[in-house]
Amino acid sequence: MAGPNSLYGPIDPAPDAGYTDAPPRMGFFTDTSVCIGCKACEVACKEWNAVPDDGFNLLGMSYDNTGGLSANTWRHVAFIEQAAPSPAAMDVLREAESTVSTQFLGMPSSTLPGANGREDRDLRWLMMSNVCKHCTHAACLDVCPTGSLFRTEFGTVVVQEDICNGCGYCIPACPYGVIDRREDDGRAWKCTLCYDRIGEGMTPACAQACPTQSIQYGELDELRERAAGRVEVLHQRGVTEARLYGHDPDDGVGGDGAFFLLLDEPEVYGLPPDPVVTTRDLPSMWKHAGVAALSMVAAAAVAFLGRRP
Amino acid sequence: MTKPDQAPQKGGRRGGGKGDRVMVPPAEFRSYYGRPVVKAPVWTHDIAAYFFTGGLAAGSALVAAGADLTKRPALRTTGRLTALAAIVASTYFLVVDLGRPSRFLNMLRVAKPTSPMSMGTWVFSGFSAAAGLAAVAEAAPYLPRRGALGLAARALPTAGRAGGLAAAALAPAMATYTAVLISDTATPAWHAAYPRLPFVFAGSALASGGAAGLIGAPTAQAGPARTLAVAGAALELAATHGVEHRMGLLSEPYRTGRAGKLLRAARVLTAAGAVGALLGSRSRTVSALAGGALLAGSLATRLGVFEAGKASAEDPKYTVVPQRERLGSL
Ligand code: SF4
Ligand code: SF4
Repeated sequence: MAGPNSLYGPIDPAPDAGYTDAPPRMGFFTDTSVCIGCKACEVACKEWNAVPDDGFNLLGMSYDNTGGLSANTWRHVAFIEQAAPSPAAMDVLREAESTVSTQFLGMPSSTLPGANGREDRDLRWLMMSNVCKHCTHAACLDVCPTGSLFRTEFGTVVVQEDICNGCGYCIPACPYGVIDRREDDGRAWKCTLCYDRIGEGMTPACAQACPTQSIQYGELDELRERAAGRVEVLHQRGVTEARLYGHDPDDGVGGDGAFFLLLDEPEVYGLPPDPVVTTRDLPSMWKHAGVAALSMVAAAAVAFLGRRP
Repeated sequence: MTKPDQAPQKGGRRGGGKGDRVMVPPAEFRSYYGRPVVKAPVWTHDIAAYFFTGGLAAGSALVAAGADLTKRPALRTTGRLTALAAIVASTYFLVVDLGRPSRFLNMLRVAKPTSPMSMGTWVFSGFSAAAGLAAVAEAAPYLPRRGALGLAARALPTAGRAGGLAAAALAPAMATYTAVLISDTATPAWHAAYPRLPFVFAGSALASGGAAGLIGAPTAQAGPARTLAVAGAALELAATHGVEHRMGLLSEPYRTGRAGKLLRAARVLTAAGAVGALLGSRSRTVSALAGGALLAGSLATRLGVFEAGKASAEDPKYTVVPQRERLGSL
């Protein structure tokens, strides 16, 4: 039931939305340190959810020709080419590569490909499969005027397409730039965390397809523990830049249902460094509007009563 | 690809989103190939036009109710008819901006306090019904005195007053909720302006409502409309100045690009309109010209605010830099 933290602060979203006996909150942990950029998640998501194509563009951004999440891209793999900060960072990348192939996968380097063998690489890719965060405090859901966006019993956030009237409010409300309006049908679309699959006890399509377990699906509490352990391991191995993103229930959105392990600053991946749910300030917004409204009343009263007819 | 002897390109380009723009010193920040972090609103200028017509309707309803209570019939008629016309226009602008216009009524299935659009739809609906009734009552003198229509003609003035007062009671909410609506987003320049935008919109609504009175009513009755027009213009100018200058980096989108041009035009028009309104108290022509300038100024203000929000969402700088500053790491 709605409580003092309904707009902001740590909370369990499903019970707050009124579910009694809600199942445990489910989510994604996306460990970018093992992502090899294969885009199996993008494809699996499109297949399962019958998401239309997102155009055939060449963006000139490494191996990313999609650009970002949109109405027609619910998983998006970002590619960032950069100098490897340490040999340890390269070791982690090689290890991820070798889980799927002994072949050279085309990782970037400052020499000709294959000239000195795989061991000589000094540049790395950061690859990250981005997705809707299924925020604890989801601005998209808060502002939706039709009730089309709703909180599921798993604590996730889903659009009901038969209700959405395409008002577009959710789109600028999302602090991560996730949800978007589809050009041709005018409605808002985004990741459902495979609501239809998880209700049947199945794993979401992307997590199922990921060959390196970069995308892990499960109970959020358990995923958070697993993620903390993984960061510790990476730190011990010298990958000091490893950090979690969106795991903290005390952050500006009350923690994400889909959180990440990153190897650089969030903004490098196109993520906001300190997102805050806009509705945190809604009470204050109404207060300011109230004062402005009263000043209108006062002005009208003075204008009409302050003089003789 | 990056050459090894160069400084590494971390996370795509540094600096602003659209190449090197010379207008503003580039803030040091990192981004994903300069792509936006948040999505820009998908709304078109229709929504800015709605903010204007909604404000005009609210301001006019206030003027009409005041005129009704202080026995200024010409000013009352002007206010009521302007409000009705503005409501019709508002309805059009509101509905065409939906991706699925036929589902407009889905908004009336729910009342959701956390959604300013939901609350606003209800305010708009109630306001429209009340202001519409008040406008219809203006037809009373033209109805025959006999029969069923005669009955209506006798009942209408009372109904019109009730409708007009109800509309006036809702008008301040009608004028300011739209400011809350756009502030309640992750659009950086809008959200940061939430303490100021309601005053911009309130002033703009009063100025336009007063302006309509200046245009439509003879100077003998237009006195209060003149006062409201000038007071509204002053509030609009002062609050907009705050938006343009008091919000650090997030004031920048209001001063540059198309938003900057529109808001500069708004300032000139609104200031000229206010001066004209003050000087023209004896001349209907000067008053009407001043009213026209104030209306144009109000519209330009709404368009400028709209453009500034869009621009701030399209450049990752406005999302990343303030958040980094908040974290104390820039
Ligand atoms: S990431 Fe955006 S679209 Fe997803 S739940 Fe949060 S606010 Fe909604
Ligand atoms: S576009 Fe659809 S889902 Fe988004 S806020 Fe409007 S009605 Fe809700």
